Order: sequence, then structure tokens, then C-alpha cells
Amino acid sequence: MTKKRKIGNIILFIVLCLGAAIILAPIAWMICTALKSAPEVAAYPPTLLPEKPLFENFAIAWSKAPFTRYTCNTLIIVFFTIVGGVFSNSFIAYGFAKIDFKGRDFLFNIVLATMMIPGFVTLVPTYVIFSKLHWVDTYLPLIVPSFFGNAFHIFMMRQFYRTIPNELSEAARVDGAGHFYIWGKLMMPLVKPVMATVALINFKGSWGDFQGPLLYLSDRTKYTLQLGLQVFKGQATTDWNYLMAVSFLSMIPILVLFFCFQNYFIEGMNVGGAVK
Amino acid sequence: MFGAILTKLGIKKRQGRENVYGYIFILPWLIGLLAFTLGPMIFSFITSFADYNMLKINFVGLKNYTHMFTRDQLFWKALKNTAVYAVMNIPLITAGGVIVAVILNKSVFGLRTFRTIYYLPSIMVGVGTYFLWMLLLNPANGIVNSALALIGIKGPAWLTDPAWTKPAIVLMHVWGLGGQMLLYLARLQSIPQDYYEAASLDGASGLKKFTKITVPLLSPIIFYNLTIGIIGAFQVFQEGYIFSGGDGKPAGSLLFYNLHLWNQAFKNFKTGYANAMCWFLFALVMIMTLINQKVSKKWVYEEDGSND
Repeated sequence: MTKKRKIGNIILFIVLCLGAAIILAPIAWMICTALKSAPEVAAYPPTLLPEKPLFENFAIAWSKAPFTRYTCNTLIIVFFTIVGGVFSNSFIAYGFAKIDFKGRDFLFNIVLATMMIPGFVTLVPTYVIFSKLHWVDTYLPLIVPSFFGNAFHIFMMRQFYRTIPNELSEAARVDGAGHFYIWGKLMMPLVKPVMATVALINFKGSWGDFQGPLLYLSDRTKYTLQLGLQVFKGQATTDWNYLMAVSFLSMIPILVLFFCFQNYFIEGMNVGGAVK
Repeated sequence: MFGAILTKLGIKKRQGRENVYGYIFILPWLIGLLAFTLGPMIFSFITSFADYNMLKINFVGLKNYTHMFTRDQLFWKALKNTAVYAVMNIPLITAGGVIVAVILNKSVFGLRTFRTIYYLPSIMVGVGTYFLWMLLLNPANGIVNSALALIGIKGPAWLTDPAWTKPAIVLMHVWGLGGQMLLYLARLQSIPQDYYEAASLDGASGLKKFTKITVPLLSPIIFYNLTIGIIGAFQVFQEGYIFSGGDGKPAGSLLFYNLHLWNQAFKNFKTGYANAMCWFLFALVMIMTLINQKVSKKWVYEEDGSND
């Protein structure tokens, strides 16, 4: 390595460290605020680290509203959206990737085109439909659509199926196997990684969803964590330490998942980049 | 099992069987398309010509549309807010994403850790992040203005000053640009190093390599992100709802298109009018996507055989 390059690398490293500090500062601030006392949060100028970290703030904040209940509610929705998403998308994508049926390319173009429709375009009429079905204030509007596929995930899984050589399914077809058998017995084990990615994206989406629950849930006992947080914010406008404590706790599941399955998260992003 | 049923039905030819199988496999999607996309869109198109409050329909012709364009001041305000936000947000996030990706594509000590850190904010989903930014952007003792004060700048009032609410949101999104960065990074890693080495031998400078090799090869993804970014800008809702408490305060500066639409539909129960707004939104996004597609022919580099 030349000397010039070495110096360049050192500068780069310092720049990256600065950037990392800027990115991590808000997260650190969140945790510090959660550990502070109420007067210390309001102090001017602000203190950087809490004078005396109050770890009990997490427990106090959590008991200020039925957050355990909200978490259970959220988990119910998350569970069903993941099940729906993983099965429907892998099923549908198999059809688009491995079966040569009439009109396939045309229909797949429609799949791609629907990705370009902003969600708000269908929000109001879909709400009307769900309310006529008396599904408002149930979890059904948040769960049921995931069983009918998602354009982006169909695309992602189709790309993955296409990396599996056709000889495999062709040979099985010649042996008299039907597509259900090929999909369920031969393909499922092979597409596990991309199913994990879809599951993670679904988890992230439905765990963090605010707009859906806000629209469809009005009974407080049915609230999700995000909705509960918003209501808590309205009630406790000044308790920023408690608000930050619960906010941080609400992010722990997704942070844990991210650190355990980082590669799957990143895989999903990479496939996204292949869309044209 | 299923094969036997098909035989009984007289579908014996291979292509016929494939057709039946194909449609069975994509059936969930087809039902979903009709029930959750096409059906609702047709329904909303019809009711956009009516006075409709979810109970009774009273057709009024183009009244909703004329009201939208000529009477509803808030409609124009919301549209302008959204456009201003998009114009600020999209170029910044795109440029930022590319630059960070290029830096993180170099071989530096601790690269993996840096990538994880830069990506971290984009997985911090949920309303908690919005609350965090409300705290960070507190004009008096928030960390952002405290840091600005250190270098002698008096920070603005951010979320309470109508002129600074949108930059505040953009700032939050810049913090979370790691998701986009990753897309660029994945592409950068697939660029063969020989391109750069050959350019170096020809005496090309670092900047030249960036503009002549990196940017053209990234252009398809930049295009994809611009398209998604435009659609995304017209999806902005939570930012306005949470930061303003639902009414677009201060001074209507956070009243984004979707927030206005939401209030019309679910607060004022003007469902017909809201559906007209839905359709205007749809038309607008389609037009912009088409323009983007046309313009992109001029600058997006197509690799041979990259389009299957």
C-alpha cells in the first residue's frame, strides 16, 4: 500500500467514525433520556449522561399503560401476517416462476405494475369494504390481505425460484409428480432462506405498522403496541423519560431479530435492487 | 391426486394441465388483486362522482373534482407541502445514499461494523422513532440544537416553526438512509474491479472514475429509487400525523396530501370527496412515473443482457 493511500484510508476511517457517531447519538440519547429523572429531562442546558441512571424507569413506564396486552395483540397480528405472507407469496411466486401457463408474462407485468400504486389510493375504498363486512375493530383487515400475496414479495421469491435449475422440477414432472408435490416437497426446503427474508420483512412491517391499526382499531383493549404508544404520548406529554423508555422497549424485538438475522435483512434489500 | 382429477375432467394435454396448475397457483394473488386493488379502485372511481358518506350515494357529477380544484384551499396547500417535501427529500436521500455506499465500498478497517451501524436506523420502525426525533429536535434543550450551539449556530425551532417542519422530517429521513445505501452497495460490489484498474492505467482521476464508471453503473438503481421515492413522497402520512397530532400544525405546514385525504375520509366522512382525491393521487403518481421512465432513457445505463 502506498503512503498516499494509507493517509487516504485514515481520513476515510475518521470520516466514517464521525458518521457512525452521528447515527448512534440519537439512539444513545434515547436510552440516556429513558434513564433520567423528570427534572433532569427538562434541565437546561441538558445533561449528557444521567446523573444517576434510574433503571426502574423502564418498569414504571411499562406499567403506566397496558403495554403487555398491547404487545400480545401485536404479536397475534404479526404471527398471522407472517404465516400468510410466507405461504401465499411462496405459492404464488412458484406459479409465476416454474409453471408455463398462458398469460403468465402479461399477469406478471400486472404484479409489477401494482407495486407502483401508492397505498393511499386504495385505502379509502378498502376501508369501506371492510366496514361493510363488519370487520372494523377486528384484526381481520390487518391480517387477511397478507394471505393474498404482496407484489414485492412475489417478485422477490420469483427471482429466487428462478435461480433453481428447471431440470429438478422437469425431472419430477416426468416422474409423474404434480406441481403441488414439487412446490411442497422439493422447493420448500430450497427456498427457506428467501422465506426467512419475507418473514422478517413482514415482521418489521406489521410490528411497526401504525396507520393500519389507527384506522381499524378503536377498542382500547385491542390496541397494538404502536397505537398504545401514540395514546400514551397524548396522555403523558411531559414524561419524556417514560416515553423514551417504552419507545426503546418497543424496538427491542426488531433490534434482536436484526442482529441475529442480519444477512436475511440485507438479502431482501439486494433483491429489491434488482427491480427495474 | 390432483393429476387424477385433471384426467377425469378431460384435461390430458401437458399445456392444458400447466394452464390449470398455473392459475391455481396464482389464484390467491388474482383474488387479492380483484378484492384489494382493482375492485376498490373501480368502486372509488364511481363514488368519486358522488356525495357519499358510506351510507347513501347521491351522484353529483364532477362536483367533487371541481370542489377539489377550485374551492378546497387545503387541497392545494397539502399538495404543495407534499411537493416541497419531495423536492427536498428525494435528491438528498439519493445523493447521500450513493455517497455513503461508495465510501463503504472501500476497504477500510471495521467495514462490517460500519455497514451495520449505518443501516441500523432504517430498522428502527414504529412511532417510537418519531417521538425520539421530537425530543432530539426540541428547540431549547434538544441534542440537535445543542450540538449546533457548540459550533456557534443558533438552531431553528424545527417542529414548531412552519418554515422548518419539512426540513426536520428530511433530517430524520437522512438519518435513516441506510436502507437505500444498502441497495447501492450491493450493486457496487458487483462492479468488476478491472474497470477501475483500467481507468487508473489511463490516468483517470478519482472523480472521473466516479462520474464515468460508478454513476452510470448505479443508474438503474438510482432510477428505481427515484421512482420509489416519488411514490414514497406521496405516501407520507405518519410524519404529518404524529408530529402535528393529526391536524397538520403548525400553520398547516405538516398537512400532507395523505393527511388531508385521511381527514376528509375518516374525520369528516366525505368518502366521495376522499375518493376523488385518491384518484387524483393515482393519476399524478402515474404521470410522474411515466415522465421518470421517459427521462430515464437519457441517463440510465443499460447493461447488455441485463434485461431478461
